[in-house]
Amino acid sequence: MIINHPLLGPRDASEFTYLGDAALMLRPNPKSDTAADSFYSYQYIRENTAGQHRELWYHEQGDRSWLVVTRNISTHEITKVELARDVKRAKAINNEAATHELG
Amino acid sequence: MSLVDKNVPLNFTFDGKAYSGFEGDTLASALLRDGVKVVGRSFKYHRPRGIMGAGSEEPNALVEIHGRGVCEPNRRATTIKLFDGLKAKSQNHMGSRNFDLLAVNDFIHPFLAAGFYYKTFMWPEAFWEKLYEPVIRRAAGLGTLTRRADPDSYDKGFLHCDVLIVGAGPSGLLTALSLGRAGQRVILADDDFRMGGRLLSESFTVNDALASEWIGEVLEELSEMPEVRLMPRTSVFGVFDHGIYGALETRTDAIGVGGARQTLWRIYAGHTVLAAGATERPIAFANNDRPGIMLASAVRSYKNRFGIDLENTVLITNNDDGLRTDAAHIIDTRGGGYIANTAGRKGLRSVTLHTGEKLTANHLAVAGGWNPNVHLTCHKRGRPVWDKALACFVPDAATLPADMSVIGAAAGHFSTHSAFADANAVAKKLGAKTPALPKAEDAPIQITPLWHIKGAKRAWVDFQNDVTAKDITLAHQEGFSSVEHVKRYTTLGMATDQGRTSNVVGLAVLADATQQTIPQTGTTIFRPPYSPVPIGALAAGHAGQHFKPTRLTPSHSYALENGAAFVEAGYWKRAQWFARTGEKGWRDSVDREVIMTRNSVGICDVTTLGKIDVQGRDAGKFLNKVYVNTFSTLKVGKCRYGLMLREDGIAMDDGTTARLSETHFVMTTTTAKAGPVFRHLEFVRQCLYPDMDVHLISTTDQWAQFSIAGPNARKLLEKIIDPEFDISNEAFPYMACAEMKVCSGTRARIFRLSFSGELAYEISVPARYGDALVSELMAQGEEFDAVMYGTEALGVMRIEKGHAAGNELNGTTTALALGLGGFVSKKKDCIGKVLSKREGMIGQDKLSMVGFMPVNETDKITNGAHFFTKGETHNAQNDQGYMSSVAWSPSLNSYIGLGFLKNGTNRKGEVIEAVDYMRDNHVNLQVVNPHFIDPEGARLRV
Repeated sequence: MIINHPLLGPRDASEFTYLGDAALMLRPNPKSDTAADSFYSYQYIRENTAGQHRELWYHEQGDRSWLVVTRNISTHEITKVELARDVKRAKAINNEAATHELG
Repeated sequence: MSLVDKNVPLNFTFDGKAYSGFEGDTLASALLRDGVKVVGRSFKYHRPRGIMGAGSEEPNALVEIHGRGVCEPNRRATTIKLFDGLKAKSQNHMGSRNFDLLAVNDFIHPFLAAGFYYKTFMWPEAFWEKLYEPVIRRAAGLGTLTRRADPDSYDKGFLHCDVLIVGAGPSGLLTALSLGRAGQRVILADDDFRMGGRLLSESFTVNDALASEWIGEVLEELSEMPEVRLMPRTSVFGVFDHGIYGALETRTDAIGVGGARQTLWRIYAGHTVLAAGATERPIAFANNDRPGIMLASAVRSYKNRFGIDLENTVLITNNDDGLRTDAAHIIDTRGGGYIANTAGRKGLRSVTLHTGEKLTANHLAVAGGWNPNVHLTCHKRGRPVWDKALACFVPDAATLPADMSVIGAAAGHFSTHSAFADANAVAKKLGAKTPALPKAEDAPIQITPLWHIKGAKRAWVDFQNDVTAKDITLAHQEGFSSVEHVKRYTTLGMATDQGRTSNVVGLAVLADATQQTIPQTGTTIFRPPYSPVPIGALAAGHAGQHFKPTRLTPSHSYALENGAAFVEAGYWKRAQWFARTGEKGWRDSVDREVIMTRNSVGICDVTTLGKIDVQGRDAGKFLNKVYVNTFSTLKVGKCRYGLMLREDGIAMDDGTTARLSETHFVMTTTTAKAGPVFRHLEFVRQCLYPDMDVHLISTTDQWAQFSIAGPNARKLLEKIIDPEFDISNEAFPYMACAEMKVCSGTRARIFRLSFSGELAYEISVPARYGDALVSELMAQGEEFDAVMYGTEALGVMRIEKGHAAGNELNGTTTALALGLGGFVSKKKDCIGKVLSKREGMIGQDKLSMVGFMPVNETDKITNGAHFFTKGETHNAQNDQGYMSSVAWSPSLNSYIGLGFLKNGTNRKGEVIEAVDYMRDNHVNLQVVNPHFIDPEGARLRV
């Protein structure tokens, strides 16, 4: 696979380490009354739908950027690659952003 | 006119007998010219087999290539370019290839039908290990290995191009020419050592001249184009994501002649043109596997390309193309001609027609129609579609891999004219001007499919795996009617040829049995690799010591000169112990290193621990997030032990972190987790808290770091510290850190840390001074009898002190289990805190780390032993925990251990049983404080 790094251009997937669902960026608020349940879901529950998937890749053999890659997990087609920090700052993961911890 | 050079004879041996061939021959063509009929035995029935094809589709002629005391098995004789000195051997026989003891299988064939192994070797169970499995293993598997190291080297490479053209037949060559003239970056790959495809094997003309002339002109022009790379002997074996192709280039088949024997290429292509041609298929009829029965296309290859006239040839064909073959007698199945049987076990003698007429024949050319080589169109789950008129599967444009075009025979456009027309069409599509179409034959496809001539005798479908038409119908009768099930039950198409000649015939036989059409029956999915790829080429250089990189510590050369044994810790080679003359084994050295360190002073290279520089206004806040304990309150000039959790609440790593300034911390990690911890910290920084002002740099390689431990540690360190710095206990107490200078001006960081439990310091200097620092420390330490110690002594001392290490931070343990529950700050959140409080992870009955000593002081403790309450039965329900670390403690003159025991903290003094069935060692142990030495920590603070 080739990942089009937003800063470095197209790079071979072997330079990256895969983590998983980009929802891992939505760490729940630990002070909330429902923290135990929301952390459980955050840690273990995944949508796992065939098709579009936003996921985290780490450019370990490169500039050490964490990227949010939008990939169709049925075809491996990659339609979008963003810097994770930009996504996090824009709170653009999904509408759960309001409930997660703001750091 | 053939394409072998009779002026260049080449000598070779086959099964020890000398033969000769010519430059341009394959092993197969040279054997055929010399009249060799039987080249091997079939897989299951050990039937004598001869050469059937002329290319990579060959199912029968698998041979071993020998050289330099090793052999490479399962090579197709049809793809081995003959070279002088080749030593080849036939395979799959017990005894000689002409007299094979296992040929008995052929006479008991009624018992060896599909599913034989599944049905027969069922019981008694005890027979499996002793009888069935050894017998089956002896008989199963193609070829043998010498188990010696491969003397050859292999290479890996990366190529980029605008257009990758797979196949250098008429369509591939013409496409390359147009694209090359347009200045595009083109790779033209073909698995044959000579480019030209089928044109080499037919007697066609191009532009009214010999096709070889046209090929020669095109290749000459292509070879002069700087942007065109011609890659003969290169098999494109797989299609991967995003336009990446795998290709195997073979430089030579000779073993051990130097240089890379094969190169595994990863090709990044903007567009791919599949011009892979087609493969002729056989017809199933009684005894259709005799040596001398060949594909008609192969008969023409051997005649036209290699100049071999195969005597007494009979032809059976169901299509016009087959009629191009020279034959003494033609059986056209469209006119009602059938073959009832053949004779000649070790070489065809006669063919019996359905009329009963017997024809004398030494060779039988079989033309069953052509299958486009659609394999590469399927690797991204494309499914070919059935073309009824052509009686073959053709690629489905809707399911092709992205940016792939298929042209020529691979697309089902079989004539040379249509191949050229396709080439011009695709070149135009790719933006190139095209030349006038070369003039070539344009014969229509006239075929009336015939797959299987039914009869009482066995008719082979898959020659390599010995699957007959009867096996397929039997599978259907036994309920295996899906093509995927039939494939697995009969092994149809699962041999190393991937069913190149057998899949479609097998499908047709199954369709017949199920009363369905072929498209209703389906097709199996082709997966990479298209042709076998040796493991050596996949490893390509990553073999032996180069399997992974090696990292050497700054004191490596000192260690080498001083008797060190080394241990691999990740990529690092670390000194394990330093043997001295007279020491009888590793224990002598390790015991001495521990005792000398505890009595005076010892030095250990701890450079391998991960070092992460954490800087920024929010560095303290950031560390509060990743460590269970608080770092924002740590005073400048102090160190603190820190424990890190995973978000699921399990301990991830530990280490000490020093604060060099308000905005600057230096973190250490364990050796093993240096990489993963850094990745985790970057995740926390970028993905969770991107607005924190904090930056991270790995500085593991930048600093050489040594531990100086023992009662004389300060005295030794004082000798090298520059005089303006004070490291007295008052000025520089336990857990202090500072930047100082050593050895007259060399910058250094000094940390008063101890892993051994002794008065100790860690000193780090820029890595380039590490080697000099070790020599200086050892020279200055002579008056104290200073000693270097390795990882074993390090381990012994940390167990004596009761520090957790990798064996305890094993991915299953919590802060509580490690006895570090009190470290978890109640005032703040950290990664892993919420989930570490789950019910299953806290509570009295949970495991906690304690120490163990044998009740009987001569007893040995073993790592991995499980604990049981005295008197309880040894079963999983009664399990009370396990031993994680053990050592012989020279300080206590006893074995000691650290382990996890249920409710361990409250069971000190209890005698439990440690059970180790693996080493047959059951001992009674007393539960003790894990801090065996100096539990109050008095020695650290002197």
